[in-house]
Parts: sequence; structure tokens; C-alpha cells
Amino acid sequence: MSSLNIPIYLDYSATTPVDERVAKSMAECLTLQGNFGNPASRSHPFGWKAEEAVEEARRNVAEIIGAVPKEIVWTSGATESDNLAIKGAAEFNQKKGKHIITMKTEHKAVLDTCRQLERDGFEVSYMDPMENGLLDLEAFKKEIREDTTVVSIMHVNNEIGVIQDIAAIGAITREKGILFHVDAAQSPGKVAIDVDEMNVDLMSLCAHKVYGPKGIGALYVRRKPRVRLEAQIHGGGHERGMRSGTLATHQIVGMGEAFRIAREEMATETAHMRKLRDRLWNGVKDMEEIYLNGDLEQRIPGNLNISFNFVEGESLIMSLKDIAVSSGSACTSSSLEPSYVLRAIGRNDELAHSSIRFTMGRFSTEEEVDFTIEKVREAVQKLRELSPLWDMFKDGVDLDSVEWAHH
Amino acid sequence: MAYSDKVLDHYENPRNVGVLDKDDPNVGTGMVGAPACGDVMRLQIQVSEDGVVEDAKFKTYGCGSAIASSSLVTEMVKGKTLDEVAAIKNSEIVEELALPPVKIHCSVLAEDAIAAAIADIKAKREEQSAQKESA
Repeated sequence: MSSLNIPIYLDYSATTPVDERVAKSMAECLTLQGNFGNPASRSHPFGWKAEEAVEEARRNVAEIIGAVPKEIVWTSGATESDNLAIKGAAEFNQKKGKHIITMKTEHKAVLDTCRQLERDGFEVSYMDPMENGLLDLEAFKKEIREDTTVVSIMHVNNEIGVIQDIAAIGAITREKGILFHVDAAQSPGKVAIDVDEMNVDLMSLCAHKVYGPKGIGALYVRRKPRVRLEAQIHGGGHERGMRSGTLATHQIVGMGEAFRIAREEMATETAHMRKLRDRLWNGVKDMEEIYLNGDLEQRIPGNLNISFNFVEGESLIMSLKDIAVSSGSACTSSSLEPSYVLRAIGRNDELAHSSIRFTMGRFSTEEEVDFTIEKVREAVQKLRELSPLWDMFKDGVDLDSVEWAHH
Repeated sequence: MAYSDKVLDHYENPRNVGVLDKDDPNVGTGMVGAPACGDVMRLQIQVSEDGVVEDAKFKTYGCGSAIASSSLVTEMVKGKTLDEVAAIKNSEIVEELALPPVKIHCSVLAEDAIAAAIADIKAKREEQSAQKESA
């Protein structure tokens, strides 16, 4: 117990701590003694050195997805990459058509970007996932129209950890000549990515899910065949005109180093994650009335999203005060609505209100998992003793048939 | 989002968790809210012949603030007459627990639970006296 860091962090899908090696490489790019130059300064060694470091980072990011360095554009994060990809591609291709296809379970950065495009006269189809969280490929084929120009589907879902069959979707879009954008913020280091095998044209990446710093990301933009985008940020023409703004050497170096480590350590790390995740699941799966959200197999190794029936998510989180997790409960978002992802996979409101997402990471330990199992079992039991719904369930009442006094 | 100490206290040491016999003629039961909203409160009061709350129990499915609100209510009603209980306002709960704006609806639900429990006991008493008269 003595080596436990309380509170325990099990929210790696929200963000990750920067790896010490990454922090060290970043610190070398800040001060007068460091690599502080502007990478766009062509006329002196300060600029050349900075540019070299940026290009090395570019190579590291390209390598993990099977791309070439020229295809990587630096941005401020996956949100900006999503905006640039979707708006940029839709706007560039609007003479060909104004229809976009995406899924209801996408991250807000994609959904809100699509909503904005709808305000600008584009049409968007938001497809439902199947119950396991995956896209129904037959339904997808039917949704494609003559005027569809862009499809955006995320690789790994941040809430339920489900992995979409990107290669199968890419085969379809390639055949129809439609641009395929993939938000892969959660993927590097967890799942293999090959943009050629997967027929991906645009891919959003960010550093802070991969033990890099927040505030830096990248967009992969295919060159063969060439994908063109309308830039969203203007001023200087950096990144081949696609994204203006002085490159932040320290941020970029951090992302490059994080991605290098992710690539080199992926095999051992995913084995470690799977072991911990299975340990956690095995420690709780015999509990009564609990539901795993999302497919167990088609899932990244470190994610577990469980609904504990008859117990409300926020009260469970409050009760797990020494463990950092997140919930699909409405109370924990600032709107009063439960997780739209859980609703999209068919979970009713009660189960969406009762869900907890546990995401393990590089620094998680078996001890932390065991501590979590103990606390989860204790907390759920205590809250069920407090719950009138649990009483009713135990008495054999069918909760769906009750007439509730709404307010 | 940190919880106030009072809310945490009610969660760690909830007052009066439990069940009274809802078929007991002296017990008023109020159940409000809905699972779809993430909040269900059951409040029960044991009322003496002369209309004073002798005991109260609650069970709640909901967030920490909802649990604390209903737990606090069971403390507030004990020893009061039904009229005094009916006069309890949700603002008193908000103040006592230092509830933030986004959690005020929990105190409103607790107020509704009180009203429902009172309505139930009153309905029972009216039925009882109606039965006595017709006997």
C-alpha cells in the first residue's frame, strides 16, 4: 500500500502526464542556452537548428502512421486538426458536392464542426452505431450519395474505447472517390495505424493522449493522390500554406519524442494495459446488475466502461474519492443530459447515468487496480443500500412499468 | 468540481437511511423523480396522531447533492408538525449544504418529496376518518 499515489489516476483517456523523457527534450528548446530559434528563420543557425529538430519530430509522427514527413501539418491539437480537415476538405470540394457523413459517437470537435458546416449550407448525415459501438458498413454504403465529399469516422472512441474497422470503411470511400478523415487522437501507441493500408486521406493526431504536452497536434494530409484543403488560419503560409503560425519548437519536439516512444514501446505497453484491464474487469464482473459498455474485444486494451445499475454515476465518483475516473452521467457534464455516446449505442438513460469510465495508462500499476476493485465494490454496495431503485429491483418490481412523478 | 464539506458529510454519514412500513397508517411515503433524469428520492415520515413527525427515513438514487439534500430533509422534519414541515423551503437546503447553482434542482426535488409524503399521510388520514364515519 505504501507505494500508492493517492489519488490514483485512471483517467488516461482524458489526458496523460508528460513522460519524463519528453519533458527533458522539451526543456532543451526553451532558454537562451537551448534550441529557442524560430524554425522559419532561414538566415542563421538558431533557425536552422530549430528547423532540424522540427523535422526530426515530423519524421517520428509520420512513421507511427505509415506516412512521409511532408504529409504532416502541425496544429494546436486534434480539435484544430478536425476543424482543418473537415472544414478544409468540405470547403475545397464544395463544387463537387456538399454532403458529409459522420457518426453520432464522434468527439464534439467533429460534431460541432459539422454543425457549423450545416449552418453554412452543407448537409450532414450523423449515423447511428450498432450496439457494440461499431459502424454498420451496409448502412454506411447506403448513406453515400453522389454529392458526398467527406466522411469522418474516429479510429478509437474516447468513451467506450471501441476500435472502428477503418480499413473496411477506407476501402469503400476510396472506391467512391470520397475523402476519408479519421480522428485518431486516442490511437497512437495503442493500435497499429497504416494510412495506406487503411485508405485514409486525413488523420487528426494530438500529443497529450500519448504522454506528450497539451496544445500540440498534427494533421496527416495525403499527398498521393494529393488532398487539398482550404486553410482555416492565415498569415505567413507555414506548413505549405495549410496552417500559418510560427512553429512551437518545444511543443513539436515534445510530440515527436512522445510518438517515438509510443512506437518503440507499443508492444510491451499494450500487453501491460491488457493485463491490468483484465485484472480490473475480473475483479468486478461477478457483481450483480453491471453492464460493460461497448465491445470487449474490438476495444483498446486500457479502457473499461461499466454501468452499475441502480447507482448514479456522480455519486459513485464522489464515493471513489481517491480514484480519478470519469462518468457518462449527466450530473458530471454541465448539461443535465447523459452521455450521448452511451445513448447512441442503445443504453437507456438509467444505464447512461450509472456509467464509469476507467482508463489505464503507462504508469498504472497492479496495486492501483486492486485498490480500485476494492473501492468500487465497497462504494457500489453502499450506494445500493441508499438506493430506492435497488430496493424495488430486489422486491421484483419492473422499473419500466412504474409511473414516475417527474418534476 | 469540489463538494462542500456538508455534502460530503451527509454522504459519508447519511442520517436516517432506511425504510418505514408504507402500509402503516401512520406513515406517509413520497417518491419523486425518475431514473431517466438521474434522480429518485423516497422520503417516508412517521406521524403521530396529533400531526407531529416522529421519525423519518430516506433512500435516494442520485448525485452527492441529491443524497445530501434528502438526508438533510429527514433531519429537518423530525419533531415538526405537518404544517411546519410543509413550510420548509428548498432555499434552506441550498444554504445549509452550500449547493452550487447547477445543483439547486436537487433541493427542489427534496422539497417535492416532502410535499408528496405529506400528501400521502393526509390522504390516508382522510380515508381513515371517512371509514370511521361510515362504520
